[in-house]
Amino acid sequence: MDKADLAWVSISTLLVLLMVMPGLALFYGGLVRSKNVLSVLVQVVSTFALAIVIWFIYGYSLAFTEGNSIMGGFSRLMFSGMLDLSTNKFELAGTIPELSFAAFQATFAGITCALIVGGIAERVRYSAVLLFTVVWLTFAYLPIAHMVWAPGGWLFERGALDFAGGTVVHINSGVAGLVGAYFIGKRVGYGRESMQPHNLPMAMIGASLLWVGWFGFNAGSALSANEIAALAFFNTLVATAGGILAWVLVEWKYKGKPSLLGAISGAVAGLVGITPAAGLVGPGGALLIGLAAGAICLWGVNGLKKMLRADDSLDVFGIHGVGGIVGALLTGVFNAQVLGGPGLDSASAIPGQVWLQFEGVLITIVWSAVVAWVAYFIADKVVGLRVSAEVEREGLDIHSHGETAYHR
Amino acid sequence: MKLITAIIKPFKLDEVREALSDIGIQGMTVTEVKGFGRQKGHTELYRGAEYTVDFLPKLRLEMAVSEHMLEQAIEQLCTAAHTGKIGDGKIFVTPIEQAIRIRTGESGDSAL
Repeated sequence: MDKADLAWVSISTLLVLLMVMPGLALFYGGLVRSKNVLSVLVQVVSTFALAIVIWFIYGYSLAFTEGNSIMGGFSRLMFSGMLDLSTNKFELAGTIPELSFAAFQATFAGITCALIVGGIAERVRYSAVLLFTVVWLTFAYLPIAHMVWAPGGWLFERGALDFAGGTVVHINSGVAGLVGAYFIGKRVGYGRESMQPHNLPMAMIGASLLWVGWFGFNAGSALSANEIAALAFFNTLVATAGGILAWVLVEWKYKGKPSLLGAISGAVAGLVGITPAAGLVGPGGALLIGLAAGAICLWGVNGLKKMLRADDSLDVFGIHGVGGIVGALLTGVFNAQVLGGPGLDSASAIPGQVWLQFEGVLITIVWSAVVAWVAYFIADKVVGLRVSAEVEREGLDIHSHGETAYHR
Repeated sequence: MKLITAIIKPFKLDEVREALSDIGIQGMTVTEVKGFGRQKGHTELYRGAEYTVDFLPKLRLEMAVSEHMLEQAIEQLCTAAHTGKIGDGKIFVTPIEQAIRIRTGESGDSAL
């Protein structure tokens, strides 16, 4: 075991935790109306907690143990065989205890589930979120994580590149959020009433914590305190800066004003874009990926959103889905050594790699969409996916959770 | 006795208060309100979503004045609240039947 690696992966795990609590929670919370802020916070926190528990019981085993090319096996149920406390023997994953690897990966499963909440926010029933999370995590996240990351996994063996989870986390959750937005329908008054964010400074704090935490997400995915971690670390810095600038400048040119919401959305877009590429491209490639993600995600929440006609409340698909796709495809480009990357040794290998990346994207989209639809269907039949119109008007905070964020 | 109800732009409150104090008006009630008139609203853009804000924030001032103060009060109010741009607000005047100071029981003009 390598102590430096263990320390880095442990810190990275904490950083990913910080991304969700309070990062993502505050980012989402600030973007909804004040009557629903607590409902979003509690949904983010509880889906994360639920995912961690499922991860411990069977999630890790199904995602990361040997099985077939789609799903792992049951050999690590309840982490069995991972550690023997009577003899103080801990199995290793690479140079760190497997327990630490499982903890790090647990936070990934958690944040993916929490991200989806943004697509159905402000009208979804709390119990339906929990039920959906159980089904979707089990039948979408676990197999896709296995296919992409586990040796023997379908996409892994074909050679699709995904350093820190562009497909597994972002495309996966983005698609599930979009399907949810279609399934649950638009919010009452959508397009007619003002649904402006109730607290942009809160969203700004959340986005900032996301950026900080994302260094654990990306650089921690090296699973070692090594040069690749250093590369992923810097790439996470420069791509995000690119994402912010691209979004703000394009918004300024075409919408008239550079906005704070634009700046923080650009940051998240850049972060999502660099995720699959973090340790697989050079810093120049990272900057270009960040710029591209920032500009294209701005289209994702404008032109594309209008075309899709779904009320994806917090633009989970527009940013995480679109940014994930941009990042996944460009990883196949900038991975090439001629473009400053550490991978493909000739330019002629780029189209083949991009095709592999595209395949991975497509499989993730279809898989996640189908499972998400079924999971929403089940949640709808069992507890009802959506609250009543009256409750929605009054706000989920007081009705579903019996508390309000602000005194009036 | 007359009741003056004025709807003004929020940032004009201090000027209006000073102008009215200058002529000896000793009290007013201020309420934060929202509404629209010819000014209509404005649009705000959040990511892809554009919202028309129909109701703009305004202040409603209410003050009771005696008949002989009325003209002067309206004049002061108009000057102080004026910017010349659309949305400066309105002034309404209504008669008051009776006014009573609760502490002393005084009524009529002396209660103002």
